Amino acid sequence: MTTRRSIIRAGLLGSAILTGAVSYAPMAMAQEVVKIGLILPMTGPFASTGRQIEAAAKLYMAQNGATVAGKKIELIVKDDTGTPDVTRRLAQELLVNEKVSVLGGFGLTPLAMSTVPLATQAKVPMVVMAAATSMITEASPFVTRTSFTLPQAASVMADWASKNGVKKVVTLVSDYAPGHDAEKWFADTFTAAGGKVEASIRAPLQNPDFAAFLQRVKEAQPDALYVFVPSGVGATVMKQFVERGLDKSGIKLIGTGDVTDDDIINGYGDAAIGAITAHHYSAAHPSAKNKAFVEAFKKASNMRPNFMGVAGYDGMHLIYEALKKTGGTTDGTKLMDAMKGTAWESPRGPVSIDPETREIVLNMYVRKVEKVDGELYNVEFSTFEGVKDPAKKKK
Amino acid sequence: MLTILFDGIAYGMLLFVLACGLAITLGLMNFVNLAHGAFAMAGGYATVVMVNWLGIPFIFSLPLAFFVTAALGLVLERTLYRHLYGRTHLDQVLFSIGLVFMAIASMDYLMGSSQQFYKLPEALKGQFDVFGVGIGRYRLLIVVICGLLALGLQIVLAKSLFGARLRAAVDDPRVARGLGIPVNSVFAITFAVGSGLAGLGGALATEITGLDPTFPLKFMLYFLIVVTVGGTSSLTGPLLAALLLGITDVTGKYLAPQFGAFFIYAVMILILTLRPQGLFSREK
Amino acid sequence: MRMSSREVSSSEIKTTQPALTPQAFLLAKTKWRWPEVAFWLVAFSLIWLMPNRHLLLNEIAILGLFALSIDLILGFAGIISLGHAAFFGLGAYAAGLMAKHGIGEPVVGLLVAGGIAGIAGFFSSFLILRGSDLTRLMITLGVALIFHEIANRMAWLTGGADGLLGIIIPPILGQFEFDFRGATAYTYSLVVLFLLFLLARRIIHSPFGLSLKALKDNRLRAGTIGIASARRIVAIYTLAAAYAGIAGGLLTQTTAFVSLEVLDFARSADALLVLVIGGSGYLYGGPIGAIFFKIMKDGLSALTPAYWLFWMGFALVVLVLVGRDRITGFADRLFAPVVALFGRKAR
Repeated sequence: MTTRRSIIRAGLLGSAILTGAVSYAPMAMAQEVVKIGLILPMTGPFASTGRQIEAAAKLYMAQNGATVAGKKIELIVKDDTGTPDVTRRLAQELLVNEKVSVLGGFGLTPLAMSTVPLATQAKVPMVVMAAATSMITEASPFVTRTSFTLPQAASVMADWASKNGVKKVVTLVSDYAPGHDAEKWFADTFTAAGGKVEASIRAPLQNPDFAAFLQRVKEAQPDALYVFVPSGVGATVMKQFVERGLDKSGIKLIGTGDVTDDDIINGYGDAAIGAITAHHYSAAHPSAKNKAFVEAFKKASNMRPNFMGVAGYDGMHLIYEALKKTGGTTDGTKLMDAMKGTAWESPRGPVSIDPETREIVLNMYVRKVEKVDGELYNVEFSTFEGVKDPAKKKK
Repeated sequence: MLTILFDGIAYGMLLFVLACGLAITLGLMNFVNLAHGAFAMAGGYATVVMVNWLGIPFIFSLPLAFFVTAALGLVLERTLYRHLYGRTHLDQVLFSIGLVFMAIASMDYLMGSSQQFYKLPEALKGQFDVFGVGIGRYRLLIVVICGLLALGLQIVLAKSLFGARLRAAVDDPRVARGLGIPVNSVFAITFAVGSGLAGLGGALATEITGLDPTFPLKFMLYFLIVVTVGGTSSLTGPLLAALLLGITDVTGKYLAPQFGAFFIYAVMILILTLRPQGLFSREK
Repeated sequence: MRMSSREVSSSEIKTTQPALTPQAFLLAKTKWRWPEVAFWLVAFSLIWLMPNRHLLLNEIAILGLFALSIDLILGFAGIISLGHAAFFGLGAYAAGLMAKHGIGEPVVGLLVAGGIAGIAGFFSSFLILRGSDLTRLMITLGVALIFHEIANRMAWLTGGADGLLGIIIPPILGQFEFDFRGATAYTYSLVVLFLLFLLARRIIHSPFGLSLKALKDNRLRAGTIGIASARRIVAIYTLAAAYAGIAGGLLTQTTAFVSLEVLDFARSADALLVLVIGGSGYLYGGPIGAIFFKIMKDGLSALTPAYWLFWMGFALVVLVLVGRDRITGFADRLFAPVVALFGRKAR
């Protein structure tokens, strides 16, 4: 008897919970969810890109709340291992199954390019937070970027070098598309300003030892060596640069900021001191906003934010701002229109989205690696304001 | 030009230190251990921790890196690897790749995914000139360590009682056991030494190549090239192969940078097509 | 050799008469068994049953086909390759370039992709005739690396590291357009996989296939009974390369994108891993391994995007330690009649 009653009771309780849950469900749905799909290389050789952007995006959400214009923001992070067909599949699945309103992330150019047609087809904004080849934003009206383009950094570097007594340069780049971009835009700007590129060396992407290339540089005796290699490899180049005594023979080391990545520069050792690079962000950027950002970032993730981190942070900001402008509407075209022309104060300084090209417009800084409080930082000493992508200016 | 030659030799020697452990486990014990690079990585990270965090001088941390990874190798050999000696090569490949994956993810979790470096003592930095040839101090250290190592290993393997026991144990474990050779501990020690050498190589390589969690996969290729091209019969083969690859790679890049990566692969294919058993082979 | 008794397994003996003529024995092997039929029925029914995962299924089908192509050389000729991505990538670029320059028809594209990869396979097969497993491993790997380097270098043709852009794939045979959810893509890949599987199945049961097996088991003995080993290895290697090329073509056509990653070392290694997980030598190893591999990867990386690799490795280690035989024993029993011995025992 008792058992039967308890069964009935349990049954009643169960159904009560069930009805409760069912009737509660629509209430939970009342606050609409806006899903943002972040596709990043979280494993493999480019894992650090993914980590930085993920940490920054989560930090932004923690600081600014998960609700915008009455909508709840949900961030979905996916690992594409740096393989384009996986990126594309993940994007497609996020669009079809999760119904995401914005796609973000994209660590490398091919990863972004494989997904661009989907963004066009589904009319979903795609916010590129790392990939740096100029053409990505031209591939679809639904692509915008919050990182930077290589031509921006490379041409500024060339500009600065030509004005500061550098006449003869040897360029050393990794032999892949971004490297070619960095080489071309540096050389074009530099020669246009009257400089001379003595030799252009391309090193294989998978190249553990730079001895041979640097020996050639030593023999060419230029005023400066311009370097573009993926972040991480930069350390190897610099160490061997110093090992070979190139610094003492009066050759300057210049490059884009990828070479002196904030995330790892402190481990480079004194070899890095004195390297001059052009880039859009340094963790040492002297602004209150940046100080707060660096501190919060370090606390949350135990890393120093680098240029990818800040791009992830700004990417989230751009999405938030666009949602505010549209009043929470997730229509792709409206979001895209809202993003165009948005300007804001980023940890790296003032940035905006060019309404015509959807490309980021930012300040480029020329920095020198120095020791600050016992740690190595890129200290900014010259600013090129409001730099647009020169690859698009031409047209 | 001689500087380039020296750089090539140093690079080749480094490859040898990294790969000789594999030459031992693969060549002598006939075990395909693709996780060899994971031990090298462990040695590299151990050095980073010792030098940067604990403040142990670099020179002392090198032997320590050897022992740490050797101990790690010993533990893994006793718990996991020994179950796989009799298995097919494919099983061994699958198993060791699994270990590599685990090692990569664990290191990523423990140390982060970005590059790690240690601070080298001043005495080892820079280059000095000998008759106009620039000699990197650190590269010289590699060459010295590696030369001693190659010599020592060859003597131990060819001349010592342990070497004889090892060769016996490999050729026929059952008979060796019957003769009273402690086959299990011979294998365990050999494996531990092989891993320790990898650790030492990793510790030395960090300065030149950088260190991040994908190290085992990035360098797996080079290990395998050295061992297959060199042949697995002795250590002379891998040593020569490593030197050959180092010199070809560096001079190739120096003379014709536009073909950079082709050289090493082309040389490998050429040698392996002409001499499928490697440069030095034990005829069976 | 220790496992050769498994080839004539218990179920075989139970279902057939003990005294069989050789012909009848071989014929019995070619018969379709219900698990095989069930496998394909399930695979095709997923077109309707799992519309949400068509993209993943498409990837599985392509990876399965790629692994199948390795199975042809590993499982039936005993050649280990770590560079099969060379042919996969070649096919992918061939299909991509054709689509880019106006000849987009997918079926034609696939045939050309397979043809070109086959030609490359034919020429490179002469490199792997001699040597041990390890030598072959490294030569195939070297070939793939050189292909990768060439594709990177010929950026004017391949787009280099940025990938080949502007690929437009018209509807298949002018009828079936590739849709956003990937239904067409999966159906298309599955049909191609099925047709090529049928062909492979036919080939391995033919006298040619049987002679290959003899070669794999003992090359010396096979030689003495008059089987020309070199010619057969060249033939099967060419075929396998063509299969890989078609798999690559499928990838290009269903994703409308090609980049250098199609030639990556990781792709060869993954496929070999897939095949080893699924078991080689009975043709289903590739597809089954692909299912396990992709689902495991997908599931794990959804749970922990940054550290899934650890659990993947853990699964592999456990798989080997516990014994693949015990785990795949289930599948083995299902396909017992065609399960050949696993890999080659190390000499």
